[in-house]
Amino acid sequence: MSTTSLVAVVGNPNCGKSALFNALTGLRQKVANYPGATVERRSGSLLGNSEIELIDLPGSYSLTPRSPDELVTKQVLTGAHINERQPQAILCVIDATNLVQHLRFVLELRSLGLPMVIALNMVDLAERERIVIDVKLLSEKLGVPVIETVAVRKRGLEDLKEQVRKALVTGSTDTVNYGDTLHLRQQAAQQIASAATLSEGIGHRTTRALDRILLHPVLGLFILAALLFTMFQAVFAWAEAPMDLIEGGFTSLKIFFRANLEHGLLLSLLNDGLLAGVGAVVVFLPQIIFLFLFILVLESTGYMARAAFLMDRLMAAAGLNGRAFIPLLSSFACAVPGIMAARSIANEKDRLTTILIAPLMTCSARLPVYTVIISAFIPNKTVAGMFGLKGLVLFGLFILGIVSALIVAAVLKRTVAKGPTDTFMLELPKYQAPNPRFVLTGLYERARLFLKRAGTIILASTVILWVLTLWPSAPDGALRPDVAYSMVGIIGGWLEVIFAPIGFNWEISAALVPGMAAREVAIAALGTVYSLQGSEEMVEAGLVATLNGLWSLPTALSFLVWFVFAPQCLSTIAVTRRETGGWKWPLFMVAYMFALAYTASFITFQTATILLQ
Amino acid sequence: MTDASRLKSLGSLSPGAGGTLTRFVANFENGGSQMIDRLREMGFAEGATIELLHQSFFGRDPIAVRVGAMTVALRRREANLIEIRLV
Repeated sequence: MSTTSLVAVVGNPNCGKSALFNALTGLRQKVANYPGATVERRSGSLLGNSEIELIDLPGSYSLTPRSPDELVTKQVLTGAHINERQPQAILCVIDATNLVQHLRFVLELRSLGLPMVIALNMVDLAERERIVIDVKLLSEKLGVPVIETVAVRKRGLEDLKEQVRKALVTGSTDTVNYGDTLHLRQQAAQQIASAATLSEGIGHRTTRALDRILLHPVLGLFILAALLFTMFQAVFAWAEAPMDLIEGGFTSLKIFFRANLEHGLLLSLLNDGLLAGVGAVVVFLPQIIFLFLFILVLESTGYMARAAFLMDRLMAAAGLNGRAFIPLLSSFACAVPGIMAARSIANEKDRLTTILIAPLMTCSARLPVYTVIISAFIPNKTVAGMFGLKGLVLFGLFILGIVSALIVAAVLKRTVAKGPTDTFMLELPKYQAPNPRFVLTGLYERARLFLKRAGTIILASTVILWVLTLWPSAPDGALRPDVAYSMVGIIGGWLEVIFAPIGFNWEISAALVPGMAAREVAIAALGTVYSLQGSEEMVEAGLVATLNGLWSLPTALSFLVWFVFAPQCLSTIAVTRRETGGWKWPLFMVAYMFALAYTASFITFQTATILLQ
Repeated sequence: MTDASRLKSLGSLSPGAGGTLTRFVANFENGGSQMIDRLREMGFAEGATIELLHQSFFGRDPIAVRVGAMTVALRRREANLIEIRLV
C-alpha cells in the first residue's frame, strides 16, 4: 500500500484544469502512459506536501465516455481502472464564466461518493465579464468547499491546498444523487447556478469580436492560409541567423581539430563521423523551435479549435471531420505527438485513418532534408516581388503532403477503414493570451527531445555508419574513392539497383538505410559519406555545395519527393503500433508509404529527365 | 408572426438569428437520443439562449452557435435536432 493519497484533478475541457494542475505541482511532473491504453498519465506531488499525489485526468464533459481518454477518466474515478487505484478525493475544476455547463459535471461526480473540493477557476475573467457568483451559497448548495482560483496567476492556491488536505482527512463521503439522466442533472445544475449567480455578466466580448474576423467565411480562410504560409516562411527566414551561428560553430570545431590533432582515425572519427553527421542535424534546431513556437502559440490561444471549424468541410470531403485537423496540424511538427493527439477522435475508423495519414504531414525532421536540397538546387530568386522561391518550393512540398494525405484518407475511408463518419461537434474556447509557461515548457521539451535524439540515435548511427564506410578498406591502386569499397559502398551498390530508376546513386541509397531511424539521419549519413570521399575543401564548403556539384536536378527533385512520402521514421512506426495495438496497421502504413514514395519519385525523376533533355 | 411560425430548427437558421431552445426533436435519420445526449453535454438545454454566430464558407456548414456562455461548432445535420423559438 502506498502511503501517499491520490487526488484526481477533473473537469470539462477548456476549464484551465491543466494550468491549475501545473500551478499546484510545479515542474516536477511524471508523464507516463497507461499500459495497454493509449492515454497519457500525468501526475505530480502537491507543492509543499509530498504526501498528496495529484493526477491530471483527461478533460471530460460527463462520465459517459466519448473517446478512449474519457474512458480512462471514468474508469479511474469509479475505481474500475486496472492499473490505477481509485483516488481518495476529487479536485474538480470549473470555469466561473460557464457555471451551468460545468456544474452539470460536478453534480454527476457527486454521485461517486468521493470527498470533493471545487476550484472555481478563471474568476478574474468572470470579474472582467461582470459575472458575480455567491461562492458561499454555491458551496452550501453543493455541500462541498468551493475555492476561487486564477490558475495562471496562482491566486487561491494556498486555500485550495488546505481544503484538499482537509477533504482527505474529514471530507464527507455522502453520495448525492441529482438525477439519473443527463436531462435531470442539467435541470438541477440550472437551478443551482441561477441561485448562486447574482449577475449574469456581459459575455466575453473580445472572443466575439475576434471570431467575427477569424471565423468570417472568406476572411477567416485567408487568415488561416496566411498564418500557415507565414509559419513556413518564418521557419526559413527567421531561423537563418541562428542556424548560420551553429554551423559556424561546427566548422570552427572541425578546423580546430584538424589543426591540433594528427591525421588519422581519431581525427576522421571526430570530423567525418561525429561533427559531419551530428552537426548536419543539430543545425536545424532553430527551425524546429520556430515551428513548434507557432503550433504551441496557436494551441494556447484557442485558435486551433477555430482552424478545425474552418477546415471541417474540407476534411469531410476526405471522409474525416474538422477535429482530425488538430492532430494533423501537430504532425507538421512531429507525427508522434500528432498520432497520439488522434486519441481525442471518438470514432475508431476516423482515428485510424488520421493515424495512417499523419506521417504524410511534413514533420520537422523533413526540414533538414528539404533545406539542404532546396539550398543546393533552388536558385535564390524572388517571385512576384515578395516571395522567396526557396520558401515557395518548401510551401509546395507541404501542400503536396497535405493534398496526398487527404486523397489517401478518402481512399482509406472507402476501403480498409470503411464505416460511418462521425459528426463534428466541438467547443470553441474563449481566446486567451498565449500562456508563456505552456509555450516555453513545450518548446523546452521539444528541443530536449531533438537534442537527445541527436546525442543518442543519430550519434550512434553516425558512428556505426562511419565504421562501415571505412571497413573493409579499399584495395591498393583503387580507382574509385575508398568509401566505394566499404560496407556502405557495397550495400549502397545493391540498393542502387532498386533505386536507379528513381535517380538515386549508391551514396543516396546507402544513406537511406540509417535514414530509417529518422529522416534527418539520411542527411547526416550523406554528410559522412561525402565528407569521407571528398577533398578537404569540399568538407569545409559543406554538404550543400557538395551536393550541388554531384547530383543532377532530376535526382534532387526525386529525392525531395521521396521524402514527402517515404516512412523513414522508426518512432512513427513504433507509436503507430502502440496506438493501434498491433503490427497490422504500422506494416500497412509502411507498405503504402513506400509504394507511394517509389511511384511518385519515379514519375518525378523520369519527367524531369525528359523535360531537361 | 404566429406562434407556430416562430418555431424553427436550429439547422435552418442563418447567422444572426437566434432565440430560446424549446425542445429536442429526435428522428431516426439524424441519430436520435444518443446525439441529443451529446448536445446536452455541449450545453444545449431547454430554455437556453441560442444564437447562430457563424457559418462555413463551403456549403454554409458547419455552424458556430452561442449556447449560454459557450460557443459550440457543429454541423447543420445535428443542429436540426434542436428546435428554437425565434425572438
